[in-house]
Amino acid sequence: MEYILIIISAIFVNNIVLAQFLGICPFVGVSSKVKTAAGMGGAVLFVMTIATIVTWLIQTYVLDKFGLQYMQTIAFILVIASLVQMVEIILKKISPSLYQALGVFLPLITTNCAILGVALLTVQKDFNLMQAVFFAIGNAGGFALALILFAGIREHLDLVLVPKGMRGVPAALVVAGILALAFMGFAGLV
Amino acid sequence: MAKKESTIVNMVMTLLIITGVASVALAFVYNATKGPIAEAKQAKLEEAIGNVLPEFDKLSEEKKITPADGNDELSFYDAYKGETYVGTAIKTFTDKGFSGRIWIMVGFAPDGSIVNTAVLEHKETPGLGDKMDVAKGTFPLQFKEKNPASFKLSVTKDGGDVQAITAATISSRAFCDATRRAYDNFMNEKNGGTE
Amino acid sequence: MNQLKNFTKGFIKENPVFVLLLGLCPVLGVTTSAINGLGMGLATTFVLVMSNLVVSLVKSLIPPKVRIPSFIVIIASFVTIVDLAMNAYVPALHAQLGIFIPLIVVNCLVLGRAEAFASKNSLGSSIVDGLGMGLGFAFALTLLGALREILGSLSIFGFQIAKGDGMLVFVLAPGAFLGLAYLIALMQRINKN
Repeated sequence: MEYILIIISAIFVNNIVLAQFLGICPFVGVSSKVKTAAGMGGAVLFVMTIATIVTWLIQTYVLDKFGLQYMQTIAFILVIASLVQMVEIILKKISPSLYQALGVFLPLITTNCAILGVALLTVQKDFNLMQAVFFAIGNAGGFALALILFAGIREHLDLVLVPKGMRGVPAALVVAGILALAFMGFAGLV
Repeated sequence: MAKKESTIVNMVMTLLIITGVASVALAFVYNATKGPIAEAKQAKLEEAIGNVLPEFDKLSEEKKITPADGNDELSFYDAYKGETYVGTAIKTFTDKGFSGRIWIMVGFAPDGSIVNTAVLEHKETPGLGDKMDVAKGTFPLQFKEKNPASFKLSVTKDGGDVQAITAATISSRAFCDATRRAYDNFMNEKNGGTE
Repeated sequence: MNQLKNFTKGFIKENPVFVLLLGLCPVLGVTTSAINGLGMGLATTFVLVMSNLVVSLVKSLIPPKVRIPSFIVIIASFVTIVDLAMNAYVPALHAQLGIFIPLIVVNCLVLGRAEAFASKNSLGSSIVDGLGMGLGFAFALTLLGALREILGSLSIFGFQIAKGDGMLVFVLAPGAFLGLAYLIALMQRINKN
């Protein structure tokens, strides 16, 4: 039961993009087509889940055990960077078509603050491993949801008359603001 | 200038050296800042306790109590002026906050009445839930010098005596939950404790 | 380019936030007040300058294939130093900025400058670039923070300027997006002239 709460909270109430402001760079830069947004979402789901598991293990069995908490930032970001490298290599071998489809998004995931952010939040919230997994999946889902919603809106935005000064990024951000406003309605759900 | 070749040996050595130097530098900074960090934390704690209890000149060691309803601990601090016991400050929490866990410090007089409360940590909504902090609102003032035996620690909506913050019922309820938890465990300990 | 141009480009023409659109996560996350924005901006500037400095110094010693991971470790070290130092000497600000301090390591601005500038330029230029970009970043953060603070809390740098509640939406999530949107539009207008 609590796992469902974790997921609902991560996707709607504390949406990683619209409430916690993590993962904004790809949000603004990538999300102009629903298809690419879905692809990015999938890649993030994969990396985020594995990264959270690995960083949780490292935090528990290495950093906490030896009192090396100050190495957390370095350790976590190295894990994420290596994971992304590995995912790229593996994907190239097993599914070249998928690798092509994701294209330039893959390396970008390393600097996606959402991945590191979720890893850090997991430690902060003191989750056990099972809860951490659900938390990661939930947040990746929330990220994908925000991205796809946004892409859908942007596809329509391109067909509408926007004041010249606001075209492009400013208009996109206003839309994001309204989306954030909408998601605030989920507060109090859990 | 010539770049180093990307041989396996070179790459691994470079990363090892960089990480090694970084670790040493960080260990150094960590040790240097350990003291000030602990001091700042202690100062903040003492200030919070000072805000919720009458004058004291001695504080007992932190006593950790596990409430019956969970596995997170409350911290008890008994305060003395000279030889007289003047009250206990309890660091309590609630997970029922709008945006997660809230930590508050509640000061109890020996007879169980609340001396004062202070919010330690919260992530409640600015302008709404954050009014539970004296700096932002008057909500906590109503708890001063009230005895929970007669002043029911729940919001009026739930049949209690606490006036909730307008439009922030959830945060208000959470605050009551935390104070109730502190009071229940304080009385428990006073009456000999159970576990 | 001469060093003066190198320094000032970070403020308007190539402002990391308003023009290059880099490092947006903290921009939205910590600008609930001017002081938070300024604090974050200065912390990032420190990391940016120091990592640019080190990267520029060791650039010829790093095999090209591992340069990104190497830069990352260098940046992460300075982020940890800033984190520890802030926790020790400005704990209140540290608590306010929270998770965004370690997130400086994935701020595309920092890694971006290391890769695009410091790894290809002299020590002096890299330091100046770091300073200019960092302060430009701080400028953007402080500006947005001030905007949100004035409209949302009716205060500036903690000083109350009017009684009562402001437009709450500005200190909340939507306000961040909206505030940034209009500031970017404004900057784009200014840059056009």
